[in-house]
Parts: sequence; C-alpha cells; structure tokens
Amino acid sequence: MKMPEPDQAVLSRRAEIVARLRSIVSGEGVIADPDALKPYETDSLTAYRQPPLAVVLPETVEQVSAILAWCHAEGVKVVPRGAGTSLSGGALPLADAVLLGMAKFNQIVDINYDDRLAVVQPGVTNLAVTRTVEDAGFYYAPDPSSQIACSIGGNIAENSGGVHCLKYGLTTNNVLGVQIVMMDGEVIRLGGRSLDPAGLDLLGVVVGSEGLLGVVTEVTVRILPKPQTARALLIGFPSVEQASQCVADVIAGGIIPAGMEMMDKLATQAAEAFVQVGYPLDVEALLIVELDGPQAECDHLCAEVQTIANTNGAVSCRTSTSEAERLAFWAGRKAAFPAMGRLAPDFYCMDGTIPRRRMPEVLARMAEMSKSYGLAVANVFHAGDGNLHPLILYDVNQPGQLEQAEAFGSDILRLCVEVGGVLTGEHGVGVEKRDLMPVMFSEADLAHQQRIKCAFDPKLLLNPGKVFPVLHRCAELGRMHIHGGALPFPDLPRF
Amino acid sequence: MNASSLPKPSTSNDVIDAIADAVRADAPLEIRGGGSKAAIGAPRNAPILDMSGFDAVIDYDPAELVLTAGAGTPLSVISALVESENQMLAFEPFDHGPLLGQVAGAATIGGVIAAGVAGSRRVSGGGARDHLLGFEGISGRGERFVAGAKVVKNVTGYDLPKLAAGSWGRLFAMTQLTLKVLPRGRESATCIVEGLSPTQAVAAMARAMGSQADVSAAAYLPAALAGGASLTALRVEGFGPSVAARCTMIEAALAEFGAVGRVDAATAGKVWADLRTLAPLAGTAPLWRIATPPSTAPSLVAALEPFGAQWLFDWAGGLTWLTLDGDPARVRAAAAAASGHAILVRAPEAMRRIVPALHPQANGVAALEARVRRAFDPNGVFETGRFHEVANAN
Repeated sequence: MKMPEPDQAVLSRRAEIVARLRSIVSGEGVIADPDALKPYETDSLTAYRQPPLAVVLPETVEQVSAILAWCHAEGVKVVPRGAGTSLSGGALPLADAVLLGMAKFNQIVDINYDDRLAVVQPGVTNLAVTRTVEDAGFYYAPDPSSQIACSIGGNIAENSGGVHCLKYGLTTNNVLGVQIVMMDGEVIRLGGRSLDPAGLDLLGVVVGSEGLLGVVTEVTVRILPKPQTARALLIGFPSVEQASQCVADVIAGGIIPAGMEMMDKLATQAAEAFVQVGYPLDVEALLIVELDGPQAECDHLCAEVQTIANTNGAVSCRTSTSEAERLAFWAGRKAAFPAMGRLAPDFYCMDGTIPRRRMPEVLARMAEMSKSYGLAVANVFHAGDGNLHPLILYDVNQPGQLEQAEAFGSDILRLCVEVGGVLTGEHGVGVEKRDLMPVMFSEADLAHQQRIKCAFDPKLLLNPGKVFPVLHRCAELGRMHIHGGALPFPDLPRF
Repeated sequence: MNASSLPKPSTSNDVIDAIADAVRADAPLEIRGGGSKAAIGAPRNAPILDMSGFDAVIDYDPAELVLTAGAGTPLSVISALVESENQMLAFEPFDHGPLLGQVAGAATIGGVIAAGVAGSRRVSGGGARDHLLGFEGISGRGERFVAGAKVVKNVTGYDLPKLAAGSWGRLFAMTQLTLKVLPRGRESATCIVEGLSPTQAVAAMARAMGSQADVSAAAYLPAALAGGASLTALRVEGFGPSVAARCTMIEAALAEFGAVGRVDAATAGKVWADLRTLAPLAGTAPLWRIATPPSTAPSLVAALEPFGAQWLFDWAGGLTWLTLDGDPARVRAAAAAASGHAILVRAPEAMRRIVPALHPQANGVAALEARVRRAFDPNGVFETGRFHEVANAN
C-alpha cells in the first residue's frame, strides 16, 4: 500500500510545528518524543504502521479550530483519530501529518429523554452512551463489536454498524446533528435536534466520510427505548443453501429480526472449541436469529421462525428460554474472531456485502479460491443484510503469506462487486480498500465524490491517502468535460 | 408558470445532451418528475427537463428488501407493487398534489426522494434519506455517475444518496433509484386520547414514544381541527399478538393523561389520511412545514396562535404543519426560536417570489452548501431561481 510521498519541507519544519502546537495545547497535550509516538503508529489494521509527525490532543473546540486553522494556513496535513479501532486503516498516521487525537472530548453534554436524544462529545465510547441512558430504559442502537472501546466520533467517521443494524440502522440512521470544525478552522453545525435538516443533507455526507471532510467535536444521537424482551434461536442446517433460504424466507415472511447471524462449519467449530456454549458441531451452517420487542411479539415470532427453519430442513433448533441462554448463543459468535487464534497465528477480516440471493454461489467460489491460495477461510456473516466477514487464516511468519492473504481478500471483494455487492458493508475503505475503489466506481463516479472533498477541504489536507486511489487536485477535478462540444470561454476559471 | 418543455428524454444520453445544451446556452433547466410539487418555491420559467420517461421498475426482489426503479416511476405504481408483496416504503411518502390543489397521482418516486418527502412513520421508520440506497444520475456537468449501491448495507465511499434526498433537483437529475423496502405490518391499531392541551399531548406522545410499545406514528389535532375535543393519536403496526400487547402498553403508559381509547379501522384511516392530505388545513392560507425537537413544538404554536395560526402536529410533535395568513418572518423566527426550521410549502405566487421556500441557513453552512452545489453543478444549470439560490450562490 503506497501512501502519499511525505513532504520534505514539512518534515524539516517539525520542531517549529511542534512548538506551534504547544502554543495552542499546553503540557502533555502535544506528543513529539519518538517513543511516545509509538502507540499512535497504527489503528486496528495493524499490518500498516507509520509514526506521525506529532500527536496533539486538544480539549476544547477552540483548540481544534486553532490547530486546523494554523495547519491549513501552513499547508500541514492532519489525520484525525478517535479510539483507533478502525479495521480499514482510517486513522493510519502519515509521516508528514499531525495526528489529531480526540480522546479528551469525553463528556456527555446533554440527555433529553422527551426528545429521545443525547448530545455527546466525540471521544465518548459507543457503549458509554448506552450506559448513561440505560437506567432510564433507553439505549443507543448501533453496536459495533468494538463498542467497549470505539468512540462516537469514530462511529461518525466510519458510519459504523453492528449486529443489530438490519432492524435499527447504521450510525447515519441514528444521528441528528454534529458540530464540526472545517480544515480552515471554521466551526459549523450540521443538522440539529430535529428529524430533517433545513437544507442539503450535509450531515448525511459527513457521516461515513472517514475523517476526510471535517473534525467532529460534538454529536447529537437518537436514543431508543430498550425493547421489553429479546430471545434468540440457534438453528443448525446441513447446508449453507438451506440456511440462506431460511434467512430469505424469514424476511419474505415479514419478519425483520433484531439480528440474524450465520457462521460456517469452520467458524462454528472454532467458536465452540473456544467458549463451549453447546454449538452443534455436525452442521454446515449455524444461524442465530434474535427477536426483540414485547414478550408477546417475541414468543409469536420465535414460533414463526422455528416453523420456517423446519421447512428449510433445520437439523437442530433451540430457542433461548432465559437471558443467560440468549447470551450464551451470542457468546460463540462474539468469540468467533479471537477463536480463530486457535486455528492460525493470524487472520485477515474482510467486509463485503452481497445480495443475499447470491450467497451460496459466493461461498462456493470462495471455497475454490481458498484451495487455490492454500489458505483456509472461515465465514461469519451478518446474514440478514448480506454483509460477509470472511476470515482468512494465515501466518505472518511464513514468507509471502501476508501478501497471499491480502490478494485472496482482494479477490473476495472483487467477487462481491461482481455479483452486485460492495467493497465494504461497515468497516470503511480507509487505506485497506482504497485501491479497489475503481472495481466498484468509474472515474466519473469517484470524481463526483472527490469534488465534495474539494467543497469541504480544497487543499486536501485532511486525512489524505485514504478512500480515494488517486489524489486529484481540486482544480483538475473542476474542469468541465462537456459531451458534444466545447464550453464557452474554456480558459475561464470555473472555481 | 408557462415554462417550455424540452423533448422528453428516455435515456441517460438524452439527459446528458439536454444538460450539455443548457450549459452551452448558459440557460437554466428545471428537473421535473410529475410536477406535483411544482408550486413549491418561487415562480420561474426555466425549460423543463421532464423525467417521467424513466418510469420502469427495473428490479424488485422482496426477500432482498431492495427495489430499483426509474426516477419517473409514479409513486402510486411503486406503492401498489410493494403492497402486493406485503411490503412498504417505510418512510410513508405521499403525494403533494392534492394539498397543492392538483389532482392526485402525478407524484414520482424521484420527486418524492428529491423533496425528502416522508409521512407520519418518519418518527419511527426514518425519512427518505434513510431508504435511498443508491442512484444513477447526470450531474450539472453533464456526466453520468452512480452513487451508493443496490444492497441494504454499504459504506463504500461518500454517502451521496443522503445528499440526493432533499436536494430538490439542484445537484443532478436522477435517472434510476434503488430503495430499501420493508415488510408491512400485518395489522395496525390506533389508540387515542381526547382533550389534551398541546403541552399535555406532546408530553403524552413523548411518554408513548419512550415506552416499549414501539409506536410507529404519533400525531395531534387540536380541538379547532378535530371537530370537538382535541385528538392525540398513536399508531402501532405489526403482528397480531404484538399489536394487541402494545396497545395495552400504551394504555398503561398514558394512564395519567386520561382514558386511552381505540378507534375502528375507518376512523384510524381517516386520521392518518388527514396527515397526508392535510385536509384539516385545506384552503389558500400559506402552509408551512416546521421541523423542531418535539419538546419545543408547544411553544412554537403558542407563539403563532395569537396571529391566527392553524396547525397540527405529526412525528410526536417533531413536525408542525401550520397555516398563517401573516408575516412569514414571524413563522421563521418562531421556528428558529424552537430550534427548528420552516419550509414554505403552499403560498400565493407573490409571496413565493419574495419568501424563500427553504429556511435560510447560518452563513458558514450556506456557503458550504453553495460549494457542494457547485461541485455537482459548476455552471448553475439547475439554479432556476426556485429556491432564490442565484442570489446566494456566488
């Protein structure tokens, strides 16, 4: 993965830049010592590492604004960072960029139960929002697996999902407003406390923009009443085809489960060996279906799902009868990733989404690829929405295996796009999938996205090298190519 | 308005040509679906780019929860299609024709999305923005591009579909849309409480929305519009046993507000239809659509009632539809004071000429919005003056 060439002029100004940052943020808020920069050199995509020029940890909006304004004026790049749990390298530092850590923005600003919203600073963790409102019977719906550590600001950047997003949506569907600082230091608010924005839905573009458009300093999220009950079914199938058909039939039957997860045989066996929760070991596909809502609804739907499962040839089906049992069903799924550690020293987690109807075909082709690459793959899916998490097993100490695993992963994502799906369902593009973007988008498609970047950050100083495979200058993108004839006054600047 | 129509395009290349011609002629172009909302915004006479030729349903697989259709497909066609599979567009879009004095049936799916239209279920099921998964379109640059995707879960690249919803034809002409569809509740019930004041009603609706009853829609008609006592209506939808259980939950949650009744299907149908047609606010008085946090809605209407405002609440108080034959600045000031914003939906031409349909933005946001518009439409070919945008673009 090639990152933008570091700007030597900026590198040579390091002492001056650090001094300037210290004049804005005092004391330990600026980190410049090489050893102290070490913890910041990567996020959760640990294959890529690069210490930043310096780290700055502001505590106020005014400091964020001053830092960005100065960097903007001086042409210094900035990489924003939340909790550093990105799986796609969204917070990977650059040698010539200031890393702007938002961890100190950790306050809950306001809770309003009547309007069902919470106003929080971006460094608050995802789970902390739920912890703050749960005594009043509420929760924050998006629940990425890293929710104990990941921050709301990072969730905004990545448009994070979780196992419940089939029913409750991604971050974008649960956010009402943000305060952001633009790269030139200007502080603006997008959205607010009402359901629709006054003008263009710029909030909708900022969510999922992977830290390229602005630095979020405050977030207003919707909170929901916690469902009265949740029950889960654990269903085993003799084939992936039957499990997939069961998923399709549940949805076609008008049921949107709170979560619907599938694991293949390898993932199931590894998880069971890891946590021993009673997963059946003789099935090709295991389905966890969670239903939530009033008790009467859960009971009714559990029975309906069981009928659908039986129609599709389920060989085992258990319905949770207690909260402990429901959590046990989930324990194996949640341990699926660490469980891979028993099978191989390393694994590489992919994140494509496909139309669900293509699932059996995609799994068959993935099995062929697994053979030709000589690397095993275990599969864990958010089956309800077709979001695949193939886990490619490899050993980084075997020469060439990392590269093989990455090539295998890229082939899987190409396959996802080929069957009508996408490169990433919830982990983001970052640096990881940056160079695959042309598989899914034409040059014109990407240019239309990049011009939004130009509207927010015309000098391209914020988080460069992420998402877009080619860094076009904004002036170059602004040129008009009108089909069928020349523009009048072609020499006039259009920006 | 006596705008001329260009030849009706039927392919993306036709649209590209029409836009390229307009750019070359330095002339504006108005993108139009069925024209049901043409009376929103300032009078203008830009030639019409009629998208109604893009009227085919391209793909619909109910089990995938995804539907792809041409932008000019009538909303009624799509609604009937998904209903035949016991599904729905969960944001409950509706046809603005009748409330703007036109016949029903002209609204297209592209127009509904471009105007960000969402009905009573918006409060629980999300808005137009939440159900547009992807689109194909032609920008003001005369270039075809795609954005988003045709699967329900995707974070690849910027989320341009969010921008499309509520863009009012100012960025690009959508030719094809992919929408998320959802199962329709098999049963529905509407619980009511009569005689509440606006403040009590908003408190009651907040209590219901904050309960575990999973209320799908909540609305309030004051006594003046309800024909007798004021009406607070709460709708639940879903499977039979669930609907029954949730009505019981609403009764318990609202016990302190008074007796909770249930209305029959015909009465319930009329209540929710009134929220779509806005029949209670029919007439010629200027009609405003004001979005606020629910808790500030009572103060909003209290500020405007002395000037003759008629109004009703949807979205548990988060949306106020209001008529006021008076100073528009007063409405905008009251909306802002309530932490919200007001769209002028229906008004005489003379008023629309002066009063922008969309609520003015803070300076920084307005400038950013103008830059984003110029990113898609550098020559302002879609700036017809409808949103007074020519004045603030440069």
